[in-house]
Amino acid sequence: MADTAIRTAPGFRRISLAERILSDRNVMGLLFMLPAAAFLLLFLTYPLGLGIWLGFTDTRIGRSGIFIGLENYESLWGDHVFWLSVFNTFFYTLVASILKFVLGLWLALILNEHLPFKAFIRAIVLLPWVVPTVLSGIAFWWIFDAQFSVITWALQQLGLMTGTINYLGDPWNARFSTIAANVWRGIPFVAITLLAGLQTIPASLQEAATLDGATPWQRFWHITLPMLTPIIAVVMTFSVLFTFTDFQLIYVLTRGGPQNATHLMATLSFQRAIPGGQLGEGAAIAVAMIPFLLAAILFSYFGLQRRRWQQGGQDA
Amino acid sequence: MAIDRRQFIAAGTGLAAGAALGSSALAQGAPRYTPEPGASLRLLRWSHFVKGDDDAFMANVQKFTQATGVQVRVDRESWEDIRPKAAVAANVGSGPDLMMVWFDDAHQYPDKLLDLTDVANDLGNRFGGWHEGPRSYAVRDGRFIALPLAAIGNGLVWRQSMIERAGFRQMPTDTAGFLELCKALARSNVPRAGFAMGNAVGDGNNFAHWVVWSHRGRMVDEQNRVVINSPETRAGLMYARELYQTFVPGTEGWLDINNNRAWLANELSVTANGVSIYYSTRNEARFKEIADDTRSAILPIGPIGRPVELHQTTSFIVFRYTRFPNAARAFLQFMYDKPQMDAWITGSSAYCASALKGFANNPVWDADPVHKPYQRAAETLRVNGYAGQLGFASAAVMADYIMVNMVAEAATGQRTPEEAMRRAEQRANRYYRV
Repeated sequence: MADTAIRTAPGFRRISLAERILSDRNVMGLLFMLPAAAFLLLFLTYPLGLGIWLGFTDTRIGRSGIFIGLENYESLWGDHVFWLSVFNTFFYTLVASILKFVLGLWLALILNEHLPFKAFIRAIVLLPWVVPTVLSGIAFWWIFDAQFSVITWALQQLGLMTGTINYLGDPWNARFSTIAANVWRGIPFVAITLLAGLQTIPASLQEAATLDGATPWQRFWHITLPMLTPIIAVVMTFSVLFTFTDFQLIYVLTRGGPQNATHLMATLSFQRAIPGGQLGEGAAIAVAMIPFLLAAILFSYFGLQRRRWQQGGQDA
Repeated sequence: MAIDRRQFIAAGTGLAAGAALGSSALAQGAPRYTPEPGASLRLLRWSHFVKGDDDAFMANVQKFTQATGVQVRVDRESWEDIRPKAAVAANVGSGPDLMMVWFDDAHQYPDKLLDLTDVANDLGNRFGGWHEGPRSYAVRDGRFIALPLAAIGNGLVWRQSMIERAGFRQMPTDTAGFLELCKALARSNVPRAGFAMGNAVGDGNNFAHWVVWSHRGRMVDEQNRVVINSPETRAGLMYARELYQTFVPGTEGWLDINNNRAWLANELSVTANGVSIYYSTRNEARFKEIADDTRSAILPIGPIGRPVELHQTTSFIVFRYTRFPNAARAFLQFMYDKPQMDAWITGSSAYCASALKGFANNPVWDADPVHKPYQRAAETLRVNGYAGQLGFASAAVMADYIMVNMVAEAATGQRTPEEAMRRAEQRANRYYRV
């Protein structure tokens, strides 16, 4: 009876199914997420999926391919240039990331002190990060020129050497030269982000430690570093990802030369896929980077979950 | 497909266009292509290195528009972006109607290209035929999938005063004599020779192919079998090893621009380049001394006994997806016709040697002694996939710098010639699928 009364009450409006669905919080949540999801699907998931698929095909420029299973990977397995690019990528990432971390942290600690013109200096430090990579690449191209290097010139003027330095012609010199360019470019990102982290550390902790007689090194080791660990994990994850996938610096400076000594997986992938026309093989090289990138992300993810470790303690 | 009669009769604009084209110097019996009503074209070409090339090209384009009413939009891309752009256009079926592409690009997507055989046959008949090298880049299975345009010559350039100070009055014409010259330069107190051996698309490939080919080496035989690991290649690599030791430091890391920079700084006595290296000095008063001192020749002849060089080669392609195939054909026929082609070659200042034999005697080649050696570029060039078929494998082998890396590895002593050849053979076999 009550139901009947309600249904027939004057002014009552029947709620349609659509209205009921739309008034559901969960449904609305899903609806609001739809544009973002569509965006991610279209611009991230689809290209990634397509890339993985292409790696299993013999697609070439101008010709759609057929599924060939692991043939691209089998072929790469026996390709010494591919393995050289894998070695180069790891060497480049490892050395550049360590240098960027050490120098970036050092710079952040200096910038965290009371310096005259602090804001100005901090802005200057960001410059290498702000300059487009291609521009800084061209600058380094001159700096590392076998004939016109300013470093060589300065050393000659100082009477420290008479010959020239073959920066980009010798394989090991070329590797270290490209790493130097990458480090120069990457330090500001690490330094400024770590500086932000440093400023979140309460001054009272440092003061208390000082009163307890802790040396500057002890304060750094037992207070600063543990408190900074979460942000270090994030910064270094990004830094490793950026370095591992670097392309522009190498492309401008060496094109992967000399004799493929600076080819990274990203540059080799491009060279094989676009100028070389072997889209399937190029995609396979790019896909081969994914496990390493995932490993870096997972390391960071699980690292961030380990709170005791973050706080300088040991995991249970 | 030579004449679309129905369109010709129906379309007033087409009629006017046909009449206008007919007024140019088209020979009797030449096919006339009537642009489709309302046709417009998009053309993508490589950015110029010699300004006169672009000026003359655009003047010709304007003349075509005036004659036919067909608007032609010309876009430009840097050299190295041409291949990926063409590939994307072919893949997605959208983009420019015509493109000026490099080397064996057309052989990578032959099914996506308009058959230009009738245009090519007409032009060949009227202008003395096509040079063999450029023709090979454009013909597949007996039909023209592209229209060969020109070879951009890569010649030997040197500073006359410098080789004289090293005791040579003339540039040796053979590889043995050339090595002696380079050794003399290295001994003397003058700048040394230098050739790009890094991953340089133009200069690196030109030098490496010359080293191997001039000693009778080749990447593949006529059946596309990889034959780079041979005594002939070894001889070329041994030669490169000796030559390299006379070079200025750092050439193994050189990209295309490095030798130009060293040249302008008086740090280089001998190198190989397009004529643009000369024009970078000729047109500027501060480099007058270098320009006046510059001489040129074709690259030295090796044991093979004749000039064999790669050069840079460019061809026109028309994509099948174009809505205006007849307008595109009419455009090409117009641009290759004598008044326009002569004007373009003249404007290019010896940068471009026509793929048509009939234009070999353009006065530009005699206008300056430095121009002369570039005259034969289209005639002496050899295709990058020599002696096999052009296609995916030949393009991939060159794009992967296999020849360049092999020569650099052996020349610098990073590998023995035998090791360098084996590595190149292994890499090339991956593409030629042995």
